[in-house]
Amino acid sequence: MKFKNNTLALDTTDLKILEVLQEDARQTYTAIGKRLGIAHSTVYDRIRRMEQHGIIKKYTTMIDAEKTGTKNITAIMTIYTDPKESEKVAEKLCMAPQVLEVYTSLSEELQIIAKVVAENQESLHTFIANSIAPLHGVLRIRTSIVTKKFKETQLSIANDPKKLTLIRETYRIKEEKIK
Amino acid sequence: MNIENAAKILRTVPREKAFYFFTSIGNYTGESASSLKEFMEKINSVNLKSLEFHLQRGDFEKWVNEVLQDEELAAEFRKIQKANLTGEALRSQLHATVSRRMKHLTSQIGLSRT
Repeated sequence: MKFKNNTLALDTTDLKILEVLQEDARQTYTAIGKRLGIAHSTVYDRIRRMEQHGIIKKYTTMIDAEKTGTKNITAIMTIYTDPKESEKVAEKLCMAPQVLEVYTSLSEELQIIAKVVAENQESLHTFIANSIAPLHGVLRIRTSIVTKKFKETQLSIANDPKKLTLIRETYRIKEEKIK
Repeated sequence: MNIENAAKILRTVPREKAFYFFTSIGNYTGESASSLKEFMEKINSVNLKSLEFHLQRGDFEKWVNEVLQDEELAAEFRKIQKANLTGEALRSQLHATVSRRMKHLTSQIGLSRT
């Protein structure tokens, strides 16, 4: 763990800790330390610093909504916007609790892509008609209702082999030089 | 109907109270109307799918009743809904109905617009 230009540069130990936490964030510092072969105090220090620097944003719970009996629908909205207003539209979208994710994309036109949940199709339509369509800069909206979910996961450090390999290689070379 | 009521129905409403034309659930055409006059104009140009979608859902009736507060026009839309019109026939019927209503209201407040 090093600082470069005021940002925290992660080393392989940090990445390993993140990997372990992403598997199960409820593990104790001791358990993580044992698994990685490092002291629990090291685990504690590094987790604290990654929390302080916003690398670890929060600890949350992934719920299988279907098993809770709630029958929400999920939709992907593509909102075509006036480029001058797109930032504001995206910010407004972020404030709505039923909007889960917001992205901007530049293809032929500037688009905002958002994932939204609603109780049913009617409440989805009401939300879009009353809260999204009237926003300044919204040119038109395309909405696709999700019918089946095949995969949903978070980006894992373990899922990013290039990044891990690169960091491991960098450290291996450094370690070899030291030897 | 008195002049005040007619003027109220013909007023321009704020953006958040405007009518937004969709072709299906969540699919906004980009067309909206903030007054009865604008609504009449948009009926002529908007995608037919949109007219069919909103009429079948009772959205036109709801908007003129709740936002413009024109119960008579809302009742006219109800009748059109029951007639099960589609396509250009529906467009013509809607336009003729709103146009007739516009003429009546403008004559009430002495603003004959053609």
